[in-house]
Amino acid sequence: MATDASFGNVLAGEAQTAPSKSALQILHEWVTTVDHKKIGLLYIGSSLLFLVLGGIEALIMRIQLAVPNNTAVSPEAFNRLFTMHGTTMVFFVGMPILFGFGNYLIPLMIGARDMAFPRLNAFSFWCTFFGGILLYLSYIAGSGLAGAGTAPDVGWWAYAPLTAAPFSPGHSTDYWTLAVLLSGVSSIGSALNIVATVVSMRCPGMKLTRMPLLVWLYTVMSMMVFVTVSPLTAAQIMLMFDRYLGSHFFDTQAGGSAVLWMHFFWIFGHPEVYVLVLPAFAFANEIIPVFSRKAIFGYPAMVAASVGIGFVSFSVWAHHMFTVGMSAGANSFFVLATMAVGVPTGIKIFNWLATIWGGRIQFTTAMLFSLGFLFQFLVAGLTGIMLASAPFDWQLGNSYFVVAHFHYVLVGAILFMIFAAFYYWYPKMTGRMMSEKLGKWQFWLFVIGFHLTFDLMHIPGILGMPRRIYTYEADRGWMIWNLLVSSGAMIQTVATIIFVYNLVWSYFKGKVAGPDPWDAWTLEWAAASPPPPYNFVETPVVESRRPLWDIKHPEDADAYYE
Amino acid sequence: MATTQYGVLTRQPLEPWVLPSRGVVGMLCLILAEAAIFLIFVVAYIYYEGKSLSGPTPAEVLKIPIFSTICLLSSSITVHFAAHALKHNKIRQTSAWLAATVTLGTIFIVWTGMEWHELIYKEGLTIQTNLFGTTYYSLVGLHATHVVIGLLMLSLSLVFSLLGWQTAKHENRLEVLSLYWHFVDAVWVVVFLVVYVFGR
Amino acid sequence: MLVLLTDSANLPQVIHGPTSIFSPAGTPAHSIFSLSMLVLAVTFCVFLIVASLLTYAIIRFREGRYKGEAEEPPQIYGSNQIEISWTVIPILIVVMLFLASARVIFTTQDAPKPANALDVVVVGHQFWWEYRYPKYGIVTANELHVPVSDPRNPVPTFLTLTSADTDHSFWVPRLAGKTDLIPNRVNSMWIDPPKAGLYLGQCAQYCGVQHAKMLIRVYADTPSQFAQWIKDQQKSAVESASVAEGREVFEHNACISCHTIEGTVATGTFGPNLTHLASRDTIASGSVPLNAKNLREFIDNPANFKPGVLMPSMHLSNHDLDAVTAYLMSLK
Repeated sequence: MATDASFGNVLAGEAQTAPSKSALQILHEWVTTVDHKKIGLLYIGSSLLFLVLGGIEALIMRIQLAVPNNTAVSPEAFNRLFTMHGTTMVFFVGMPILFGFGNYLIPLMIGARDMAFPRLNAFSFWCTFFGGILLYLSYIAGSGLAGAGTAPDVGWWAYAPLTAAPFSPGHSTDYWTLAVLLSGVSSIGSALNIVATVVSMRCPGMKLTRMPLLVWLYTVMSMMVFVTVSPLTAAQIMLMFDRYLGSHFFDTQAGGSAVLWMHFFWIFGHPEVYVLVLPAFAFANEIIPVFSRKAIFGYPAMVAASVGIGFVSFSVWAHHMFTVGMSAGANSFFVLATMAVGVPTGIKIFNWLATIWGGRIQFTTAMLFSLGFLFQFLVAGLTGIMLASAPFDWQLGNSYFVVAHFHYVLVGAILFMIFAAFYYWYPKMTGRMMSEKLGKWQFWLFVIGFHLTFDLMHIPGILGMPRRIYTYEADRGWMIWNLLVSSGAMIQTVATIIFVYNLVWSYFKGKVAGPDPWDAWTLEWAAASPPPPYNFVETPVVESRRPLWDIKHPEDADAYYE
Repeated sequence: MATTQYGVLTRQPLEPWVLPSRGVVGMLCLILAEAAIFLIFVVAYIYYEGKSLSGPTPAEVLKIPIFSTICLLSSSITVHFAAHALKHNKIRQTSAWLAATVTLGTIFIVWTGMEWHELIYKEGLTIQTNLFGTTYYSLVGLHATHVVIGLLMLSLSLVFSLLGWQTAKHENRLEVLSLYWHFVDAVWVVVFLVVYVFGR
Repeated sequence: MLVLLTDSANLPQVIHGPTSIFSPAGTPAHSIFSLSMLVLAVTFCVFLIVASLLTYAIIRFREGRYKGEAEEPPQIYGSNQIEISWTVIPILIVVMLFLASARVIFTTQDAPKPANALDVVVVGHQFWWEYRYPKYGIVTANELHVPVSDPRNPVPTFLTLTSADTDHSFWVPRLAGKTDLIPNRVNSMWIDPPKAGLYLGQCAQYCGVQHAKMLIRVYADTPSQFAQWIKDQQKSAVESASVAEGREVFEHNACISCHTIEGTVATGTFGPNLTHLASRDTIASGSVPLNAKNLREFIDNPANFKPGVLMPSMHLSNHDLDAVTAYLMSLK
């Protein structure tokens, strides 16, 4: 008879008593590891490091913009700051932290021992890590050994011909392009690994229709990586040919086209947003049901909507280019395609609403962040519809409204779900709970800071403030908004410090978690916390989407309803 | 009875559980990503067709490489036979087919080298000359790089086969390699049509 | 959340300013404004409905209301009817917003050009604007003069946009949406300010170090003012014996390799045309008011005002500085 006690003992295995090791041994173990859990943690750790760097850059920019005609930083330094902030946050925080969670969770959730290609997995991580290091080396060595260092200052989308040798002398742009190229190679490797793992490593009974939604969404995201990151990689190769070999892909003086770079960049750049947001949806799909105590509503619709978003997102890139002078017909097409993304996205929000409906909502910190995500993602989606309307975009494009909109997505949706994921899976990763008390402080401070910053940031955009300016005129009426926006950034900083403190404090002092602290339903909670290197003592066999629910509720098992 | 049956601990899978080979899945993913990279280079080639500010033009300098194309495409067939032979543990046949594949691939790459030599030293076309040079060398060069990588792997497989280190249990690996080689050939079909047939 | 509330409730009070997109002047900005009101209203309704449902669900189904019940809530796995209904409604909204947007796209982008329209060629340079009036043979910089366009007898100005170096974007929010200036490419847009006055804007595409101080000033002149302005600009530079020394300094320094002054040996095109510099209100692409003191300081070291500006410090002696400033200030 399967009971609660037996799955805990049999699958979780005995707690290991490890002999104490020297620091060098531990370092060696982490550097040479091919274990998906350790690599996942390496990804997450390195992303947190870069998150702090990117955050500091954002903070300096907000200080500079708090008042008009400020001289806290020079224009050159400011341009480097926003370039580094964007590049860091997208390529060395967003992608790796999401791949980190995926690496850690996917094999556990499908009952596998490891990823399909463990060594490729390690290679991908180190590629990303050294890519990030390379990017920051530019601060020391950017313009070559002869000159002082300069970080790249071409913006994270690096429009041609600003990246061409005459406008970007020295090597700072080379650092940028190489770092992004490395990150791209790493992403493609990771995505390949995830797809191969999901297709070939599932435990018996784990049919595609029984996979946790998190695994589904990571699969869709990985498939998108092949088709979106590759064009960026190709464009980086072309840019390097231009800079090193003197070719003319984006050389406007030899007939090259600046617009072609825009197309290539945004064929990557827009689906990239969905690549980043799908894992956030994935976390929500796991966390919201557990803390509503209900199965996810409309599993097939959720899968279909994710696949739908994946496909539609390939036909929307030029909504970043409504102002480059495309024909009215082309503009209209991209309006329609972009707005169409709203449909599957709406389905997702409604399904989460229906999941909560009739549940018993437990307000853990993870759930609070998820609920914040729901509201903020709703707003981000709606401001997205505004920007999708091309004429409205002729006004709002490249203004602070856009900055507010996409930070609503990246911070309000994705970062909030990353925080939720930390609170939810930290016990699995470390064996200890994070402090809920600190967590709630962090949540409420972050919510206040977030809304102060990013709600009000829409307004200077409406008042005509373009992005990427290091200072502004005093007579435009932008000052009060910028001041409030900057003060919100300070509050978010405090909340983030609480979070980091909580991570460290809980590791040593947190309550011992046990294998299944949330009374959850997916396979990772059947392994010990933290799981042993082999994950499961015996390969599990599943017969429904929520194997642990079935054990806990044999009288009302999901498997009956399949 | 039902309560035990619907548990995570069920020992016996209820149905046979066979999943695709991870090597094949991984290679298919890589091919998808590579196809996207090539697509961007092809798009750039087509986009810049006829936009060069100065000569030479493709029509002036390019010749249709029929012989080398036949060589490369037939190497797809030989590598298929090599994988097939290995599956049935016919090691000598495997070696023979692999040798044929490597030879055909080498003919192709040597021809490309000769073509480039002529273009650079006789026609004066380099990657810096104009947009045609830029896109032509990048696209054909990217493909040639893939051919070289494939040839290195195939030669390695050939050496292992000759030394008797490669047996039927490595059948899956050669299968994965042959998938890659088929892809490289398929890309050439596109490059051939875009650059040499329609682009001239 | 907050932004939507402020947007629609307090719109008239909060959202005004010299560069606000919600203070439209002219047809393109007006039609965008009307469209944006529609989009805002629809999205605000959607927000209100979904956010209220979410809030209700969170309060109604909180665990605290079920204290003492150990049971899990009933498990519901989905419903196809419900899924279809919340797929169809968003589709209808999307189609509606798409049609409204497409109408504005076509009426704005494909508007026919009347025969009496004024043509101006706008060339973006790293951190300043060049304006050419081909019909009148005028080349000027940074301050664009256009005639007022009376709605009963419209005289729109059609701008032809291109760039000499990197990407730029021409954005005067009260007149129209932005359009990019891209090297090797020609774009166009049109404006028709209905009232005389000054309309402000600035470059909206990151173009290099001094992107922030690449400001735009559009002067909408009454027909008579505009005719007068054209007449003044068509003249060659004034020559006055009192500033001959300054002119000498100008012509014997590197100034002439970048700047043009009609009627002199200065024919450079890398920097702004200075033929009628003193007729302008500002220097440094609209970021510094023009007066003798500012101009002198600018010539001495332009980077004081605009770090990263491409004009180098000329290292003139104080005497020469005064002379050349006096000369340039005479170029009415």
